[in-house]
Amino acid sequence: MWSIGFVLLVLIIIGSILTLRAGRYTTVQWFDFVIYGLAQGSIYALVAMGYTLVYGVLRMINFAHSEVFMSGPFTAYYVAAYFYRSSLLESHPFICLIIVFIVSMSISTLIAFLLERIAYRPLRNAPRLIPLITAIGASFTLMYLFRGLYGTGFQAYPVWKVFTGKWALFKGLEIGKIQVFVIFAAALVMIALYLFIQRTRIGKAVRSVSEDKEAASLMGVDIDKTISITFIIGGAAAGAAGVLYALVFKQVFFMMGFIPGIKAFTAAVLGGIGNIPGAMLGGLLLGLLESIGPALFLDGYNIVAPYQLKDAIAFLVLVLVLIFRPTGLLGERLAVKKA
Amino acid sequence: MEQIRAIWRYGIKVGIIGGLVLVLMALIGMIEVFTKRQVIADFISMGHVLYLAAGLFVCYMAAKRTKPAKPLWVISSSFFAGLTTTFFLVLLIILGRYINLRMMFINASDLLLNNLLTFGVEGNSGLLLLLYVGMFTGLITGFFYLLPNVVRTVILWSLAGLVFAGVLQDLFRSILTNNFPNIISEWLLTSDGLTMKGAFAIFIIIALVIISWSIKGEGIKQGWQNLPKKQQLTWRTVGTIILLVIILVAPWRLGLFMSEVLTIVGLYVLLGLGLNIVVGYAGLLDLGYVAFFAIGAYVTALITSPEIMNLNWSLWAAIPFAIFFGILAGVLLGVPVLKMRGDYLAIATMGFGEIIRLLVLSDALRPFLGGSQGIGKIAKPQILGFVFKGPQEIYYLIIAGCLLVIFVSWRLKDSRIGRAWKAMREDEDVAQAMGINLVSNKLLAFGTGAGFAALSGVIFGSKIGSIYPHSFNIMVSINIVCLIIFGGIGSIPGVIVGAAALIGLPELLREFAEYRFLVYGIALVAMMLIRPEGLWPEEAHKRELHEGTAKEATG
Repeated sequence: MWSIGFVLLVLIIIGSILTLRAGRYTTVQWFDFVIYGLAQGSIYALVAMGYTLVYGVLRMINFAHSEVFMSGPFTAYYVAAYFYRSSLLESHPFICLIIVFIVSMSISTLIAFLLERIAYRPLRNAPRLIPLITAIGASFTLMYLFRGLYGTGFQAYPVWKVFTGKWALFKGLEIGKIQVFVIFAAALVMIALYLFIQRTRIGKAVRSVSEDKEAASLMGVDIDKTISITFIIGGAAAGAAGVLYALVFKQVFFMMGFIPGIKAFTAAVLGGIGNIPGAMLGGLLLGLLESIGPALFLDGYNIVAPYQLKDAIAFLVLVLVLIFRPTGLLGERLAVKKA
Repeated sequence: MEQIRAIWRYGIKVGIIGGLVLVLMALIGMIEVFTKRQVIADFISMGHVLYLAAGLFVCYMAAKRTKPAKPLWVISSSFFAGLTTTFFLVLLIILGRYINLRMMFINASDLLLNNLLTFGVEGNSGLLLLLYVGMFTGLITGFFYLLPNVVRTVILWSLAGLVFAGVLQDLFRSILTNNFPNIISEWLLTSDGLTMKGAFAIFIIIALVIISWSIKGEGIKQGWQNLPKKQQLTWRTVGTIILLVIILVAPWRLGLFMSEVLTIVGLYVLLGLGLNIVVGYAGLLDLGYVAFFAIGAYVTALITSPEIMNLNWSLWAAIPFAIFFGILAGVLLGVPVLKMRGDYLAIATMGFGEIIRLLVLSDALRPFLGGSQGIGKIAKPQILGFVFKGPQEIYYLIIAGCLLVIFVSWRLKDSRIGRAWKAMREDEDVAQAMGINLVSNKLLAFGTGAGFAALSGVIFGSKIGSIYPHSFNIMVSINIVCLIIFGGIGSIPGVIVGAAALIGLPELLREFAEYRFLVYGIALVAMMLIRPEGLWPEEAHKRELHEGTAKEATG
């Protein structure tokens, strides 16, 4: 088993050396890769929080979390489009942005809450396969419900003029305003959530439930309420991440959650599922790997169109982590027992 | 006072939920699309049946929840549930008059809001009619709930059967026109929907069957059990032979479209039976199963197609290669995931499946695998000059494959390996302690399943003639897992029932394709909540599930 890992490592190193020696990319390009990767990664990190928190308390993979991520920005699109048409977006961009965030986060939160209430709560003691199938079913239901409501088309998100353009740094390096905003906003939400989990009474309850449900309930923690709150926190983070994603990619549609959802799950596993700082670290790392990886590891071998293999790299990372370090980089602090 | 509180708790609250659900149903356009199909010609459409059925269900739930179940209380809470539900729809319609809902909800058309929801009556009188219908439905449902159990069952089942007949009218039409004199089909069916006479006849026939079964059913069961073993066996054999004959002549008696549906269902049965060995017998949840299907199809394409490798072998020669590579891939992908369990295994295998699809899709491997253009001109199998070209011929190939796989699964199930798998499924650690070699048994399960998937891949490839990476996305894997669980995990008839329900039904209802996955998702969730053991469960598994809940309930 380890020999496979070793071979892969050698291949990656040789590929990197070949790429760097060929010198096909300039420093500016590498810098861009890193910034894009960080922006993308911070979005993954926010979504990964939802997976990790839910895994912590329920020991289940919430497959429908990607739809929680989609529902918020898809609904908020109509608010944003209204602002755009009434030219409020021109005059008060930040107020509009805040309102869009609030709408998106509340819709995602509502969906996450209802999801737990309707689909997962009755199955809390069922065998493990059953909640997983329910989650897949719920994911379909939500995806196609929103498709029915808002249609199948791609909706172009309005552009905030304040975020277009770049800031010039030294030596010809430039940094996109939107990327800076995404990184900062994501960091802000993450720090807020982290402090909420670590410092407040409710956060303490969430942590205690993920440590040991029975002991927590003996200590007077309301398990049902705490699990609901966990879904709400995850939903809020996903709603915020969704708006950031829509701002970067400028479009929303009903299946937009699927790929980021799987990526975010990968990020959660990479950092150690059930571990909150792990989700953040995993998200950032995965974003970086995805944006630098194809150029760095594959281009050296003269592979045609390495960018098409971006997703394959992400999945490979997932599989490799699961094989070689299933506890993730930071270890599974919250979940001692698996399966 | 007490009663007002009961009305609020059981009537209005249920009505609010129901109202919101109905508003959603209207807004996603389900009602409008479904009105295009008539259940009873010129009388009622699918959309209105759905609409009324949802309303009836809400009122029924309200009536059922009412406690204590005094007649007056039941009727009043059902009445208020109906009223509240329609109240929400009225609100929606009024809202639609002042705001252009279509800005946001793409399906909130004028026709829907001002005509369909109000049963064709426009304007304010339509709103009033809607409210009256709500109250009337509530009252009727309340009285209906108070009827004796037998009467309720008979009416409910007959109505359900009637709707079912209306929904599946295409199937019945093709059975009737192809096999019986035209008079029958003309009497029962128009070109769109059942005739009034036909609907009454179906209703009465189903009602009679149910009534006679409830009177005589127990006697017949007793009589069957009292028959000597030998006679039972004879009857069973006769039954099996009749079933086989029906299966064999089916494509020629049902027409081209139905044969196409049958081949699709058959392919999924084949895939499902293969995965059933991995998931159902050995308990290894594999979400990357489509990878082996793809490998089978691609090996076939490479060997038989003039494109890319230009080997041009016959399809029969491709089968052993495809199966060999399938099993090889199964074992190779099985090795790294040997130590994983449960969700982790599911995710890792899903990752593998996606990696394979992305590799096939990429331009990097285009010279070898065709990239997004796929590979075309795959050979059709032929035997002594008989070419399996259309769905009606391929069908036999699929039936042969299914029979083979059913036989193998059936023999494996209680064999030494099958029992080892079962032990592994229940508890890996204990199984290992009992001397079961986990490594070899797991790899055997992965290999067997992958081999069957590759076989289906061969048939699939030659059926559609050219293959594209998009045919092998993760949805296929998820579909297969869902149909296995829907039918009853580990059960062979369950897989067939599951494939018919989850793959066949949506194929028959093509014009509702838009809502296919929505209904699919709701059905999965509902199934897991109400009947987690599946439609046709394996006995042992069903026992386990119910034992588990019983234990948790007491301890």
